Amino acid sequence: MISTADPVSAAPETTSTERHLLSVADLGRSGIAEVLDVAEAFAEVERRSMPKVPTLRGRVVATLFFEESTRTRLSFETAAKRLSADVLSLAVGTSSVKKGESLRDTIETVEAMGIDALIVRHRSSGACHQVARWARRAHVVNAGDGWHEHPSQALLDCFTLRQVWAERAGVPPASMGIDCFDGKRILIVGDIRHSRVARSQVLAYDALGASVSIAGPGSLLPPSLAGWPVTVEPDLDDALTRVDVVSLLRIQAERGSGAFVPSLREYTEHWGLTSRRASRLAPGAVVTHPGPMLRGVEVAGEVADLPSMLATRQVTNGVAVRMAILFLLLGAPGTDPRAARPVPEGVRVAVGSDRG
Amino acid sequence: MGADGGRRADVAITDGVVTAVAERLDVDPGTKILDAGGCVVSPGLVDLHAHLRQPGGEEAETVESAARAAALGGYTAIVAMPNTDPPIDSAAVVHEVLSLGRGAMADVAVAGAITVGRAGDQLAPMAEMADAGVRIFTDDGAGVQDGGLMRRALDYAGGLRARGQKVVLAQHCEDTLLAAGGVMHEGEWSSRLGLPGIPSAAEEAMVARDIALVRQTGVPVHFLHLSTAGAVELVRRAKSEGLAVTAEVAPHHLVLTDQAVAGYDPSYRVNPPLRTFADVLAVRAGVADGTIDAVATDHAPHSPEVKDVPFDMAPPGMLGLETALAVTLTALTRHRGSGSAPGGGEMPDAPGRLGGTGIVLDAGEGAVLDVGAVLALLTARPASIAGLGDCHGGPLVVGAVANICVVDPTATWTVDPTGLASLSRNTPYAGWTLTGRVRHTVLRGEPVVLDSEAQR
Amino acid sequence: MAERERSHTRPLGGVFVPRSVVLSAADVQRALTRMSHEIAERNGGLDDVVLVGLQTGGVPLARRMAVVLGDVEGREVPLGTLDVAFYRDDIGLRPVLPEAVTDIPVDLTGKVVVLVDDVLFTGRTVRAALNALGEFGRARSIQLAVMIDRGHRELPIRPDYVGKNLPTSRQEMVDVGEDGVAIGTLSDR
Repeated sequence: MISTADPVSAAPETTSTERHLLSVADLGRSGIAEVLDVAEAFAEVERRSMPKVPTLRGRVVATLFFEESTRTRLSFETAAKRLSADVLSLAVGTSSVKKGESLRDTIETVEAMGIDALIVRHRSSGACHQVARWARRAHVVNAGDGWHEHPSQALLDCFTLRQVWAERAGVPPASMGIDCFDGKRILIVGDIRHSRVARSQVLAYDALGASVSIAGPGSLLPPSLAGWPVTVEPDLDDALTRVDVVSLLRIQAERGSGAFVPSLREYTEHWGLTSRRASRLAPGAVVTHPGPMLRGVEVAGEVADLPSMLATRQVTNGVAVRMAILFLLLGAPGTDPRAARPVPEGVRVAVGSDRG
Repeated sequence: MGADGGRRADVAITDGVVTAVAERLDVDPGTKILDAGGCVVSPGLVDLHAHLRQPGGEEAETVESAARAAALGGYTAIVAMPNTDPPIDSAAVVHEVLSLGRGAMADVAVAGAITVGRAGDQLAPMAEMADAGVRIFTDDGAGVQDGGLMRRALDYAGGLRARGQKVVLAQHCEDTLLAAGGVMHEGEWSSRLGLPGIPSAAEEAMVARDIALVRQTGVPVHFLHLSTAGAVELVRRAKSEGLAVTAEVAPHHLVLTDQAVAGYDPSYRVNPPLRTFADVLAVRAGVADGTIDAVATDHAPHSPEVKDVPFDMAPPGMLGLETALAVTLTALTRHRGSGSAPGGGEMPDAPGRLGGTGIVLDAGEGAVLDVGAVLALLTARPASIAGLGDCHGGPLVVGAVANICVVDPTATWTVDPTGLASLSRNTPYAGWTLTGRVRHTVLRGEPVVLDSEAQR
Repeated sequence: MAERERSHTRPLGGVFVPRSVVLSAADVQRALTRMSHEIAERNGGLDDVVLVGLQTGGVPLARRMAVVLGDVEGREVPLGTLDVAFYRDDIGLRPVLPEAVTDIPVDLTGKVVVLVDDVLFTGRTVRAALNALGEFGRARSIQLAVMIDRGHRELPIRPDYVGKNLPTSRQEMVDVGEDGVAIGTLSDR
C-alpha cells in the first residue's frame, strides 16, 4: 500500500534483483522471505569467534545520516564491516548539510568516489527516492526517511519474531519459512501518524499474511487509513488480550508528536504498556520496540525487563538482517559493477551440484 | 470570435487596431497575412495569476522571459503577483515592474500586496498603488490570516472603489494554522507517503470567512486558485446569494490529483496542493456551471537548484503559461486528438476510481465545454476581473485593440521541458501530449508569435 | 533416472536432463566405503579427524561417510557442514545465495579436516571452502574427498580421495544423487 514504484497495485512480487531498497514494498512477500533466510546464514556467521566474511571485499558502503541515529548507523556499519566492505561514514550532521539544496551535490560527490551503496537517513519523507533518482550506479538503502519508511527495522522485527517462534517450536528458523506469520495477530500501538517504523511494519506483516491492527490516540493516527490493510482497535485493554505480538512505537517528541497529546503522563496512563496492561497479554505474546525505549512513557520499566520484551534481541538481529540486505543488493547475481563480463557458457552449466 | 460564439471571418488589422471583420476581405499587395486556416481567432488570453519572479528571483524567471512564455501560450496580458523580493507593496516597486514590462512580448499588469511585506500585519499603501494603476491586491503565496485586518482592507478598498478605482482584493485561501506545515493534500496519499498534509478545511475556512466579510462589507473578493469541492460549493452559494465574489482555478487542479505525488517528485508540489479525484470533478463542475469565472495559470517558476530536492523541501509551484490553454482544452473539451500522459491517464469509467497515476486528462461526463466557453474562461472573464477589459479579452470587432490569439484547437503537441521559453523547467506535464496549440499571438497589431515561434 | 529440478541454483537453475548413468547407487556406496578406508589408513586412524560436507551436494556424502567410518573404526567422527557462498570470488557472476547453514561443531585448531564434496570441477568452491575453514581455527591439515573429479581445474587444487575420475566436456553436467551418478545437460525451465 505504500509502494511508490507502483502505488496502486499490491506489493509487487519482486525479488532481490531490485536495485534499491526504498520501501518494504520493493521486496514483496518473496523478497522478505529471502532476506529472512539469508539473514539466518549471517546470524551463524555472527556466532563465530571471528564473525567476518570476505563477501563484499573491495566494495565501498557509505552511510549518509542527515538525521542522527547512533544505533541504526552503527548497525549498518557493523554489517558492512562484517561483510568486509570498506565503510565511509559521511559527517553530514545538522550543521554541514543543513540545506536541501546541497543534497544532490553531496550524493553526486559521494558517487564520484566510486561508492557502491548509499545508506541514507533523512528527515524528509521520500528523500531516498530522490537520492535513488540521482544515483547513477550506487545502490540506495533507506535507513529511515521522515515519517515514511524504515524497511530494515521492519525486516529485523520479522526476523526476531520468527526466531522466537522457532525456538519455542524447537526447529531452525529457516525451516519455518514465512508461513509462521500466517494468521498471527499483530497490534501496533502508539504514534502511527509520525512513524516510519509503523508504515514499514504494516507493509511487511501484511505481506507475510499476519492480521494487523493499530491503536493509539486519535490525534496520532494517520488522517486517512484508506488503503491500509489494518483495523483500528478502539480499546487497547481489550485488544491486548487477543494478540500474539504488540509492537510499541516510540513517542517522538523531537518530531512534534508531544503536541498531539495533552501530556506524556496522560499518554502513559491511556496508551502506555503499564504493568497492569502487560498482565492482560495472552500467554506467549511478545512485545517489540524499535528503541530507544522511553521507560515510564510508552513502556513501564518493569515491563521493559520482561522476557517477552524483545528489544535487545531486535538490536542484536539488526546486524544480521542488514548484512543480508547489503549482500542481496551488492552480492546478488548480475550486480557486480566490475563485471560487464558475460557469464561463460561452461560456468553456467556448472551451477548444479558441482559448483566447481 | 468572441465569448458569445463564433463565425468564419477574416480579420484586418491596421496600426494595432482591428479595422475590418468580414467573411472575405480583399487585401492590398504587401499586406502581411497570417494563416488561420482551421484555427479559432480569439482575443488574446489574459492571465490573472503569474509569478514573474522579478525583482529578486531572476534566476528562475524575469518579466521578459515570462512575457515570452506568455506570448507562446497565447497570452497578451498577464498580472504579475506581488510576492517578489522586495514584494510589490509600494508604488515604487509597482513602477519598477511596470517599466520592466514595457516592450515585453505581453502586456504586464501588476498586483499589489494587501499588507506591508505580505507579512499580514499592516495595510500596504493601497491608494498609492491604485494611483499607479494597480487593480488587484493580494498577499498571494499566503492568505491574510487576521480576519480583522482583512475586514479593514475590504473597507479601505471600498473607499477606493467609491472614488472610481475598481480595485478587487484577491485571496489565497489557506489558514496557516490548519495547514500546519503541510506539503500536500491531507488524505489517503499523505497518510501513505508519510508527508504532512494540508486539509481541505484550511482552504474552506478562509473562503467561508471571506464570503462572510463580503456579505458584511459589500466589497468584492476574488478567490485565487480554488482546489476543493467544499470551496467551490461555498462560492456557488455565495453567488446564488448575489454576493460580489469571483473565483479562478488553475489548470493543474483540473487534471492532477494527490496520487501524482506518490513518487515524491517535487514537480507535483504546489499550493494549494493537488487534491482528490472528487475535488477535480467538483472543480470541473464549478467551471461548467459558471461558479468559477476564470482559469488562471499560477505560473510559478523555480530554478532546478531549489526544486530538485526532497519533496517537502522544494518550494511549491509549477510552470503554467505555455501549457495552460492546451491543458484546459484537453481537460474540458471533447476533441478528436485526445491527450495522453506517460503512464496513462484516461478518465476512469467508475466515479471515484483512479486510473493509477493521479492524472485525469480527458473530459468526462461531468464537464464538457465548447472551445468558445473555454476561451471565455481565459479571455473576457479574467480581463474584466483584472480591469483590463478596455484593451484585452473583448470581442474582435472593428475598433478593438488588436490583441489576438490564433489557436488550432485540434492540433496535438508534446510538452518538452527543455523547449520551454521560461527560464525554469518545473512543469508537471513533461512528456504529455496535449490537444490545442497556439499558432499565432498578436500584441497590439504586432505578430509576436508566428507559427508557434516567438518572433523576438 | 528422472529429470531433476535444480531449484537451488537460482536464478541460473534449470532442469537436469540425464544422458547416461556412470555410477549406480551400489557403485557410489562401494566408492564411499573405499574412500573411508583410505581416510582411516592415511591418517593412521581417526584421531583428530573431522568430516566437513560442502553444502549442498557434499553434505549427504559426508554423512554417509561418517556412518561407514563409525562402522569400520567403531567410533563417532565429528561431522560439520559448510556453505561457502560468502567466500566465493565470483559474486555477481553466480547464484551465491546461501543454500543451507554452516555448522562446524568443534574448534578446528589442530584437527585433520576432510572436506567432502560431490563433484570437483574448476576448484573454486574448494578454494572458497579453504578460506572459510580458516575462520574456525587453524587445522593441522586439510584433505579433500570428492565422489567425482571431472577435470577442467582453474586453480592448483588436487583431491586426496576420489570416487571416480570422469572425463567430461565443459558443457556437460554431472549429477550426484541418491540413486547414483549421471551425466547430462542442464536445460532451461
